Amino acid sequence: MQIAHFTERPVRYLAEEPVLENRAFFGVSNKYYDHEKAADDYNYYLDEACFCEEVGFDAVALNEHHGNPFCSGSVVNIEAAILARITSKAKIVIIGNMLPGVKHPLRVAEELATIDTISRGRLVAGWVRGAGSEQFFNNANPAYNREMFNEAHSFIMDCWTKDGPWRYEGKHFHYRHVNPWVKPYQEMPQQWIPGVLSAETVMWCAEKQYPYLGLGTALGPTCDLWDMYADKSAELGYQAGSENFGYLLPIFCADTDEKAQEIGRGFIFGGGQNAFSRPEHTLPPGYNSKSAIRMLGQQPGGSWLGVSKEKLMAGADDSWDASAYDGLRAKLVAGYDKAQDNMQTVVGSPETCAKKIKDILSVIRPGVFTCFAVQGNVSDKDRLRSVELLGKEVLPDVRKFADEIGLFGPFDRTPGSVKLAPGTKRAPVVDREALVKLNLP
Amino acid sequence: MATWKEETQNLAGSDLVLIRGGSGKPLLVLHDELGYTGWMSWNEELAKDRELIIPLQPGFGKSPRQDWMWRHRDLANYYLNVIRELGLEKPDVLAFSAGAYTAAEMAAANPELLGSITLVGPMGIKPDEGEIFDIFAATIKTCLRKTVFNQEAKEFSEIYGGEMSGEQFELFEDARAESARLGWEPYMFNPSLPDLLRSAKNTKLPTLLIRGSEDAVVPQDCIRKYHDALPQADIVTIKGTGHRPEIEDSAEFVAAVKHFLA
Repeated sequence: MQIAHFTERPVRYLAEEPVLENRAFFGVSNKYYDHEKAADDYNYYLDEACFCEEVGFDAVALNEHHGNPFCSGSVVNIEAAILARITSKAKIVIIGNMLPGVKHPLRVAEELATIDTISRGRLVAGWVRGAGSEQFFNNANPAYNREMFNEAHSFIMDCWTKDGPWRYEGKHFHYRHVNPWVKPYQEMPQQWIPGVLSAETVMWCAEKQYPYLGLGTALGPTCDLWDMYADKSAELGYQAGSENFGYLLPIFCADTDEKAQEIGRGFIFGGGQNAFSRPEHTLPPGYNSKSAIRMLGQQPGGSWLGVSKEKLMAGADDSWDASAYDGLRAKLVAGYDKAQDNMQTVVGSPETCAKKIKDILSVIRPGVFTCFAVQGNVSDKDRLRSVELLGKEVLPDVRKFADEIGLFGPFDRTPGSVKLAPGTKRAPVVDREALVKLNLP
Repeated sequence: MATWKEETQNLAGSDLVLIRGGSGKPLLVLHDELGYTGWMSWNEELAKDRELIIPLQPGFGKSPRQDWMWRHRDLANYYLNVIRELGLEKPDVLAFSAGAYTAAEMAAANPELLGSITLVGPMGIKPDEGEIFDIFAATIKTCLRKTVFNQEAKEFSEIYGGEMSGEQFELFEDARAESARLGWEPYMFNPSLPDLLRSAKNTKLPTLLIRGSEDAVVPQDCIRKYHDALPQADIVTIKGTGHRPEIEDSAEFVAAVKHFLA
């Protein structure tokens, strides 16, 4: 299997109060930006990636977000390009380029090909539609988000495979002269697609034979979605396996469980992932498919990244007392404990982490496992210690276990390469008995 | 009570759901960016001596979406073809908010086909002062609060009171999605519209501009800019109302419209 390190590169010098007051990270004023501290952070995160390679991670994964101190990476391809030069063997996994937000797929094709070339073939390209808030920041029409995503992706594939020059007149993109003089070093870089339970994205991945990476999604629904992927694969004539699936999980490791628990609270800094953006920015018009909207409408208690129909219907200022920080933090801590009970966050000593990770691998059987580093104002020292403990003590144990239960990564076995004859029953891709044994709340 | 009915006709190349009620000279009514909110008292009053024809905008859940419609200008030209195919003789048009933007585009494209336009809280022209409120960056409740100033109005609670059903939620999201397709960027205005309205100005197309005095969605300057483009326009301000004067003070609203159409 392939094991990756991922970090949102949080803005670590930001106090928590502005985030709580804003009820989300997206929209916190950049008046709090500090160019000196930012320079420290940006350089540190590059060094952290190098250290990951040194201690045994197979890959470093990075992403981008906009207008949001939850993630300081705003132009992911620039950071990836630097890593292409300063790392030597780790895969550089971009999860991903937000095609509808960038609005310039020819430029993306050139940037990624440059990264792949400088790194001599270590790029894993990933594509995302961009979070809802990204559509506002980039003024990308959310009602055309899926269309633009599909068209941009298809265009980039052509850029990487068709000899130029050629002309392109599409629906959303138009180019007079397509003839990029940089092409990927690999014949075709692998493409891994992150997602948070969008059925449409899963089906698209199955059609393309792209690994789908669940972003810390609850184990039960993750199993459902991977079965959906595997059913579609079977229809298309191939057996999905661990090489088709990846999983990203918040993990923080320290020398003792107690210390890990204390520092791991960085995951709920400012409200954590559920406070990424407010409801009005999370679900812009037309961004979700009609079926997803129908599900949201029928399940008022249902939630998508912390957004429910109830929250959409609620006024912006009814139930939020921004000055009651202690009460808010108590709620967040309860959420932190719950996420650990649900196995959606793993925090602890190397022994604790290894055991929980192995339990998770048993259920969802991913070929890519990505450790999402802690958020919040955690020091370089504590972050690096977590990386070191994971790399040197946890990952060897996890790799051995993955081998024992037959988990292949997409670089061990090409996704889609195991053919399935029509009418043949597909093999299971998840272990639901193992899920039951976990006895999750 | 005037009778009204919902019917589907194939018009201008696609199915279109129409609400029709009342009798008399046709009055084409274009609903706003959040969709048709039902037959209200103002409809009832106007239907006493007019036939109200209310197309439910393509893509808003009932009439199918037309993939070729990218802009309000496209929708406007579609409606002009609907007018032709229905055989309407110079209908008057009463239109609200983004619907008024569409009506202005219709007037710009072919003023000779219309009897008059009444634009209520019209989007479509960029104000020099203030900004058109971004409904796309607001939750449903925030949006409604921003839209209606007089929330004591009886019909406000009739439309928006109580629990929203799953079907209503879906229709609302359909409306927002289609409005975004047409008006996301530039947000709910066409930079060319003031110049394109020259033909409606030259033909002196009778025009009424209505705005609630407390409208928090469309700035006063939009009315000024419309008046600059269409100097023949009458302007009516309805005091104590926001962006929905037709439900916030329907008596004043109906009086203004009837006076203009008389």
